Amino acid sequence: MTQPPDARAADTGVIHDIGYRGYTGPRLGRAHATRSLFVQSLRAAYGLGRSGRSKVLPMLLLGVVTVPAVIYVAVAVYMKRDELPVEYAGYLSDLGLVVSIFLASQAPVLLSRDLRHHTVPLYFSRPITRADYVRAKFAAMACAQLLLMAVPLLVLYTGALLAGMDFGHNTGQFLDGLAAAVLYALVPTSVALVIAAATPRRGFGVAAIMGYLVVSSTVAAVVVDMRGPSPGGSDAAQWTALISPNGLVESLVNEVFDLGSGFDRRHAPGAFGAAVFALVAVAMVAGSYRLLLRRYSRV
Amino acid sequence: MNPTVARLTLRGLLGRRRGALLLVAPALLLIVSAIAGRSNGDAHGLTVKILGQLDLGTLTPILGLVIGTGVIATEIDDGSIVYLLAKPLPRWKIVTTKLAVAIGTTWVFAAVPTLLAGLLLYGTRDGVALGYTVAVLVAGAAYSALFLLLGVVTRHAVVAGLAYALVWESLIGNFVQGARTLSVQQWGRAVAEAVAGDAAVGADVSLGAAVPLLLVVTVGASVLASVKLAGLTLAAEE
Repeated sequence: MTQPPDARAADTGVIHDIGYRGYTGPRLGRAHATRSLFVQSLRAAYGLGRSGRSKVLPMLLLGVVTVPAVIYVAVAVYMKRDELPVEYAGYLSDLGLVVSIFLASQAPVLLSRDLRHHTVPLYFSRPITRADYVRAKFAAMACAQLLLMAVPLLVLYTGALLAGMDFGHNTGQFLDGLAAAVLYALVPTSVALVIAAATPRRGFGVAAIMGYLVVSSTVAAVVVDMRGPSPGGSDAAQWTALISPNGLVESLVNEVFDLGSGFDRRHAPGAFGAAVFALVAVAMVAGSYRLLLRRYSRV
Repeated sequence: MNPTVARLTLRGLLGRRRGALLLVAPALLLIVSAIAGRSNGDAHGLTVKILGQLDLGTLTPILGLVIGTGVIATEIDDGSIVYLLAKPLPRWKIVTTKLAVAIGTTWVFAAVPTLLAGLLLYGTRDGVALGYTVAVLVAGAAYSALFLLLGVVTRHAVVAGLAYALVWESLIGNFVQGARTLSVQQWGRAVAEAVAGDAAVGADVSLGAAVPLLLVVTVGASVLASVKLAGLTLAAEE
């Protein structure tokens, strides 16, 4: 029969030694923790280490961006052409929508879930600092994006080389494409992460990121058309690409590497334009990074 | 319709700062229209670009998506739907109420600005403003029903909806003629063409095909959403 606590004899309590010990092994420290968070986030972006259902979407999108590259290579080999039917950087801007969907769907996976389940304070109770957290997440999302774009480029490149196409030309183009991929992986991603960090709701984050990316590029496209499709005189309208992260990168890459053709070619207007576009791109990334740091300084 | 459910849904949708965020899309449309209305170019081509591509093609699906999933998917996501489902209220009534709120909100945030933008850009000539407003009304209602269903069926409702609206309707629809038959946007255009005349809005789908498809999708989505909601299991966060 249990008695109320104050009725029990005071001297029956015993402290048992059940063998708890302090941790005496090596401590891996802050840098290792940051690196682990980076690796875990990068894997999470592709659904690795998570449930099977969350692998479906990223893997599907990875397939969607890669399959056309395989088809292009197959067509070029079959038709015995001495050049790929597409430019490496142009391929990325053609599939920009799919890459944006990947970004919009996975950026909230990395950031919103931590906010929603209040795991962010748990991270910060460890040696990891707020800046480390932002750095790891930012790097993870950028790397995930870069990986998504590097895979089809590699398919195109190896396909072109195996088919015996010109090595120098393809290598140059491939490097241009990789530079474009790095820019695509930095500029739109930084903006998307700021949006994702602002909302703990995943669905809303996805819609907001996609809404911003798509609406800004549609507005830019409409304004370009508004000025009429005259090939020479449409330079002024090209400035509107500044509002759209994807358009900004596409225009900048086309101008700097002298790519693209046709009258609907997006390009930064002239050398001065290219400098301004580059500056805006840097400002976008740096500004977004600062905003992220500020966002997490008061979680 | 259940007024309490409607009130709570509306508050979940527009409460706090969310209503202001939704206002960004119509405000953007009106600003672009106001700027474009003062430029002296091909006014008709410009109006078709802005109302067709920007408004009907991009803003309306995105608004429909945010609102359609916002009325129910967010509640399923954070689990608070159980408090609603525990009430002695038929599930189909919950679905119809939420659908009505979604359609009403989409109309306020998408169709009214479309009418204003059309009047700013092209006045009342040819019934262009009226035509696109009708198209947005019809498409907005169908999008709301479709995306509400997606919100009940899958946890990736927003991504699936975006894939449909942007990849299927815009990207594939641009290249494959047949894909336009299964496009909410084209059905909306078909109805608008019948109301305002084909000088105002062009459609690739005939009215005879569009109206049954619209009815099937809207009613079918609501029925399916009710059935799915009746047997809803709350999945754990992945």
